[in-house]
Parts: sequence; C-alpha cells; structure tokens
Amino acid sequence: MTAVRALSGRAVDELTLEAVRRGEVSLADLRIHPETLERQAEVAAGHANPQLAENLRRAAELTRLPDDEVLAIYEALRPGRSTPGQLTAMAGELAGRGLPRCAALLTEAAEVYARRGLSA
Amino acid sequence: MTSPMNADGDRVTSVDGYRPVGRVRFMDAQRVNLDGFAREEPGLGLVALRSPADPEPGLVISGGRVTEMDGVPEASFDAIDAYIARHGLDLQVAGEAMGLTEVEFARRLVSPDVPRAEIVRLSAGASPAKLARVLALLRPAELGQAMTKLRARRTPSNQAHVTNRLDDPLLLAADAATAAAFGFREIETTVPVLADAPSNAVACLIGAAVGAQGVLFQCSVEEALELELGMRGLTSYAETVSLYGTEQVFVDGDDTPWSKAFLTSAYASRGMKMRVSSGAGAEVLMAGAEGRSMLYLEARCVALARAIGAQGVQNGGIDGASVAASVPRGLRELMAENLMVMMRNLESCSGNDALMSESDMRRTSRTLPIVLAGSDFMFSGFGSIQRYDNMFGPSNFNAEDIDDFLAMQRDWGIDGGLRTVPVERIEALRRDAAQACRAVYRHLGLADFTDDHVERAVDAAGSKDLGDTDTLAVVSAAHAIREGGLTVVDVVAALDESGYEAEAERIMDMTRARLAGDYLQTSAIFDEELGVLSLVTDPNDYAGPGTGYEPSAQRLREIDAIRQERGVEDLREQQARFAVPLLAAAGPAAPGQDPRDVVIGVSPAVGRDVWRCLSGLTVPDVLAELLAGLEEEGCAGRVVRFSDTVDLGRIGLAAARLAGSGIGIGLQGKGTALIHRRDLAPLANLELYSVAPSVTAALYRLLGANAARHAKGGTPDPARNPYSDEAIEARYHTTVIALMALERAWVKPGLPAEELSLEGLR
Repeated sequence: MTAVRALSGRAVDELTLEAVRRGEVSLADLRIHPETLERQAEVAAGHANPQLAENLRRAAELTRLPDDEVLAIYEALRPGRSTPGQLTAMAGELAGRGLPRCAALLTEAAEVYARRGLSA
Repeated sequence: MTSPMNADGDRVTSVDGYRPVGRVRFMDAQRVNLDGFAREEPGLGLVALRSPADPEPGLVISGGRVTEMDGVPEASFDAIDAYIARHGLDLQVAGEAMGLTEVEFARRLVSPDVPRAEIVRLSAGASPAKLARVLALLRPAELGQAMTKLRARRTPSNQAHVTNRLDDPLLLAADAATAAAFGFREIETTVPVLADAPSNAVACLIGAAVGAQGVLFQCSVEEALELELGMRGLTSYAETVSLYGTEQVFVDGDDTPWSKAFLTSAYASRGMKMRVSSGAGAEVLMAGAEGRSMLYLEARCVALARAIGAQGVQNGGIDGASVAASVPRGLRELMAENLMVMMRNLESCSGNDALMSESDMRRTSRTLPIVLAGSDFMFSGFGSIQRYDNMFGPSNFNAEDIDDFLAMQRDWGIDGGLRTVPVERIEALRRDAAQACRAVYRHLGLADFTDDHVERAVDAAGSKDLGDTDTLAVVSAAHAIREGGLTVVDVVAALDESGYEAEAERIMDMTRARLAGDYLQTSAIFDEELGVLSLVTDPNDYAGPGTGYEPSAQRLREIDAIRQERGVEDLREQQARFAVPLLAAAGPAAPGQDPRDVVIGVSPAVGRDVWRCLSGLTVPDVLAELLAGLEEEGCAGRVVRFSDTVDLGRIGLAAARLAGSGIGIGLQGKGTALIHRRDLAPLANLELYSVAPSVTAALYRLLGANAARHAKGGTPDPARNPYSDEAIEARYHTTVIALMALERAWVKPGLPAEELSLEGLR
C-alpha cells in the first residue's frame, strides 16, 4: 500500500507537530485525498456495502470542490430551492468538471423533485 | 381503579369525589405514575410494531428495476420509496429474501448457526415492510440474542453527551476530559446558544485530548454550521443528519433523500465519519405518521440510510423515545429499530439518550437489554454530565448513574465501554483540561479566565457550581473562532506554545490517523493507540457460546475493580484504626457463683482484630452500654472471650453456662447480640438483635437491662430489632463476610474461655 497523502499531496507522515511549529501545515494538509476515499470505497464494496462505496466515491469527487460550493449544492438540493432545470444545469456543469456521480445524483433529484412537487 | 393525571400533569387521586383506598393512593404516589401512557391509536401512528395501515411486504422487479415496493407501484413512489428502490436494495437476492416466510427469516436472525454475513446478505434484498414484519416477531430475549450476533463491530462501545447550560468552555473541557477518561469513545456536545458552537467545539476538542487519545468528537448543531466546524478539523464526526419515515415529515425537516445523500458525501469528502439519525415517534409528534406503525416507518428510514450510503444510524427513539415508550410494546420496538440497522450492515448507535420515564425501574428496563446484548454504541449519548446541564435534554442515564452503570457492567461481566477512574486522576485530568483550555483561549486572544474560574470548573459537579460567569465572553470567543477562520492547526499550535505539547501531539496524531480514512468504514472507532476498530478490522464473529466478543482478562479486571470494591485486608486496616489498649486478656474464665452474675460472651477476634461494630459504635462502647444496663438493674457483668466458635448462639449459651445467674449475653464483634439462658438449645435465645448495623447505644443498654431482669427471674418486654426499608444486606454483607473471616482466623478449638479486663469500660 502506498503512503497516505493529504489532499495537498503531502505525505501524512510529514504532518508533525514540528511541521506545525515551522508554520508549514495548512488545512489543505489535513484534508483527505480522493485516492484514499477510492481505496476505502473498494474496502466497503468488499464488505457487503456497495452503497457506502458509492458514497465514498461521490465524496472523492467532492474533494475537488471548495467548502462554499459544497454547501451551495447542498442548499440547492433542499426542498423547494431549485427548479428541475436549475438542478439539471448544475448536474451538467458538475459532469463537465469530472464529477459524474454527483451529477447523476442531481439529475435524478431533478426528475423525482418534479414528480413529487419538491421543486421551486 | 387507577387515577388519571390532570391536564397539568398533577396526580389526581379522586375522580368525581371518589377517593381510592390507601393502598391505591400509595401506588398513585409512585414516580412511574408521572409517565404518560397512551392507548394504541393507529390512526395517529400511536402503535409500535404493526398497524392496519402498514402495507403488505412485496417487491416486484422488472427489467432490472423495482416496479412495485410494499404495495406501491413505481409511478406512485414518494421520494423515500424512490430512493430506496433505486439504490437501497440488492435485487439479486430480493426474490430469495422476500420469498422467505417471516417466521423463517426471524428464526435465522436468532439462530447462532446462521452467520451474520448471511443475514446481511438476505436483508439487503428485503423491503422495508418485510424487515418490519420479521422483527415484530422477535420476543425480548430473541432481540437480545440477535443483537449480540448482528452488531457490526465485535467490541462494543459507548458515547457521551458533554454540554452545560452556560457553554462554559473550562467546564466543557473538564467534563470532556472526564468522559474520555471514563472510556467513552465518542463525545457529543451541543449548545443552548447556537452562536456558542465554535467555542464549544474548541473546548471539547481540547478536553477530550487531555482525557484520552483517539476519542471522536462532534458538535451537534444546524447542519451547515456543523459541516463547517468539521471542515476546519475541529470535530471528527457527525450524527445529527436526520431522516424521517414519511415524505411530508422529511420535507418539513427541510431536506430530501437526495439532499441528505449529498450531505453524507460532503462529510466523507472532508474525511469525517458520519451517521444519520432517525427513530420512532418523530413522525407521530409531527402528526405525520399516516397511520403507519413506528416500526414500519423506521424500516423506511433505515433502508434509506443504507441507500444513501451512510455508514451508520442513530436510532431507538431518540427525541421520540418517550412516544414509543408510551404505547404497548414500545420498548420492543425501540430495540427492534437498532437491530434493523445491524441487519442492514450498518453501525448502530442505539439510542438510550432521552429520559423516557420518571421511574428508575422503567428507564433501566428500557436500557438494560441493549447493554446486555452489546451494541456498537449502547447509548447515542450517555449523559456524562448533570441532567440539568444536558442541552439535549436529560439522557436516559446521566452523571448520577455512572457508578450504577459501572456496577452493572461488573454484575453481568459485560463490557459497556466504561471503566473506573481513580479519584485523584479525575481531579488531575479536570485541572489539566481546564488549564489547557484557558491557555489556548488566552493564547489565541479569545478570552481570559481567572484562576478561580479554573478551580471552580475543576471542582464543579455541574454548571450550577460555577457561580456567576461571563457568558458574553463565550459568545465573543465563539464569534472570534468563526470569523477568524480558526482551524485545528491553530488549536494545536496554541496548545504547543502554551506548554501542552503532549496534548498538541495527540490532536496531530489523531488528525493524521483520520487521513488514512479507515475510520470512515462502518462502526469505526479509534482505540487508545489509534488503531481502528470497525466492521472491517474488528468484525463481529458471534456464533453462539464461546464465540464473539468477550472482555480480555485485563479488561475484565478493569470492569471488576470498581472503586467501592473492598477485601478482607482493607477491613483489617480499617478495624485496626479503632484499636485501643482495652480488653486485655486476664486469665481463664471461671464459673460464677453469684446469682446476680451475668456473663457477656464475645467472639474470638474481639480485642484482637475487631474493634468496631457495623453500627459504627466501637466494641468497647457497646460493652460499656451492656454493662451499664446490667448495673442499672442490679446485676454485675463480666466479659469473657470464647475462642472456639464464631457462632453467636453457642457463644451466648456458653456465657450463660458460666454465669452465676444462668443468663448470658452473646456479642459478636460486628455487633449482633442476644440474651441466652443456660438450659436452652444453642439456636434458641431469649432476645436477639440480628440487624447489627441499626442497633444504637440505647438499645444495647436496654439489652443489658433486660438480661438483668431475666437474671432476676423477671419477664421483661423483649428488646426489638430496629427495622428499616433500606437495603441493609446489600450495604453490609460484604463487610460481614470480611469481619467473619477475621473472627474465623482467631478460632482455636479447645481453647478455654478467657476473662477480659473491664478496665475502661465503666
């Protein structure tokens, strides 16, 4: 198994108290790497939980988005916030940026929200 | 004839002028009658296991998709149905799972011969209604058996609530350290004032790190703020992501299955463990149960939890626990909810976090089966703090119950996750935590707290012991943390620079360990060496007696060694502290000739190892009272020690046979005393004090006086045992056993009786 890396690319072993003292540790160094999530997804799939695996793979995609964008998408998915068209457009944008699983979630939401009256 | 409550909840013992008899009034006055009990009313969802409106289980699969589930065709799926049908079920095994009869399915849950993996495989293909029907068949002991087998993690664990009314950071830090030291592997805080949340997060993060390594920590607040705190590394898991069993209530909660699925991934994307929260009663309270049973609605929640990819579920009533507890078979329903989570191969955080009764017996009855069976987390918040400080509302077990819980672990030999902490260590940890917290707040310019405040937080049993505090300082510290973008790195640096290198190191080590992601797997906790225990690394392998989790020998010693435990040596030392230079042996005892001669026979260890009776009176004081009582009635007493028996009847009889009057008093060192006569059988006696802990000096004097009256041929009114309603035997039997061991050690058969000096006794 390869050494665990933080989202910043730094090896986790480098993230010591010494490094904090030198002012060399930022929050990006404490964020999980998408490869780590992918590896965990494989483990989950191997332990009879494909849904957890799917969640971790969506999460791997989301590591690429900044916090405020993640929060904005969550807000858009809450009931009555978005029209189906807005959700579909957002899905298209995410797909274009290499987040196909998150895009699929939004596409599906657009369809069900329209049918169940959960859209804006 | 029962007495209802009035609308204000006061007890009413009279209806239409009828006053029940005293027996009923006495029953009415018991605390259980403060609880509300609801008649089953399926229309309102006030029904535990099965409602007429629950659907028949069913799954129709066509073209690789679910086209009908539990009686609802695809075109009519609500949002919950739709998400479960598309993502939550294993269609490969659906036919097999749905084809099993409910009884056959239920038997497999209980049978040790059917492994957990097989149940997980089958359950993945079962619709919500199917699992609800199956679980409704299990009786209480069967629920326990199934839980022991089906929980995901082999090693059970426990979670604590740490909050207070003031959001006082120093008290939070001290209490978080205390909870961590007691063994809780997850700590959950929340706030009475939302704006305080960032401060609570920092204080508990520091406190938990002082108390133990590897404790997971969450700050339960509004979802966006909670996620933000997690993104800054200040918290390490989340749990209050609520799911509901009907679409209407789900939407009232301002979410949909898709928004929750996204949120679940958002947490994982920031490397945070997360579980969802559901549980009976929530829909009933919002008048949105649609006539369905609690178990069926929860079956939808749990199926959805699995479908959205959450690793675990907090359920078992939670905020609605009292609703479930108010209806018939409600407690079975709560436990079945937990079990359903386990069947779906998820982590169970098993409720017990809301006080569901005013009755100690009912709340114990609610929790004990889960503790005995063992769950991933037995409580989704044991209130480690005072009830009044619990900002979630009182938990079912609280600070006053920690010793009870430790004793229950020991009584049953089960691992509830808690351990005894030496009292000096509790103080030291609380001081370290409060001081470290103060230092960080000072270093970061958040707030300045006085030495006096630190000491009050160390000593406080709850926030009412803090006196007046500056709550505005907390709000402003929280504001500074949030607006300043403070992260875990800042906290680590502040700890380090304030001289708390070890604590800084701990938080860094844990932050690193989290980056490996292993704790995102089902049922993951860290042990104190930062090893991950989860479904993956520590899978439950229960397959009947002799298998599955058993506390290690070391852990069992930890469970056994509660701080109240005493041995014979402890008692010997305690007795020695009361030794005085009295009762010296004064030669062999001779038969008396004087008809006013009464002998007080004492047991072998008196004047040697045993000096204090169970009542707290010293043996010399008791002898002085007996002698004074004899004297009052004109008799002369002497004290003779018998070393050939510990039996009080034989001591008393032997004393009587030595006495010129033919009347003897027997006294064991523990304080049990009787009057004997030379012509009676050993087990007969004239008067007896059998309840040694309750005998007073005046009663001993009365016994002496009565012995004298017997000696004079009178028939006195017998002295009577003082009775009480306390658990006298529970309190004293261990001491009695140790005292009798001390007595037995001095027994030498055939040794003649010896006269003891009366000097200092009159």
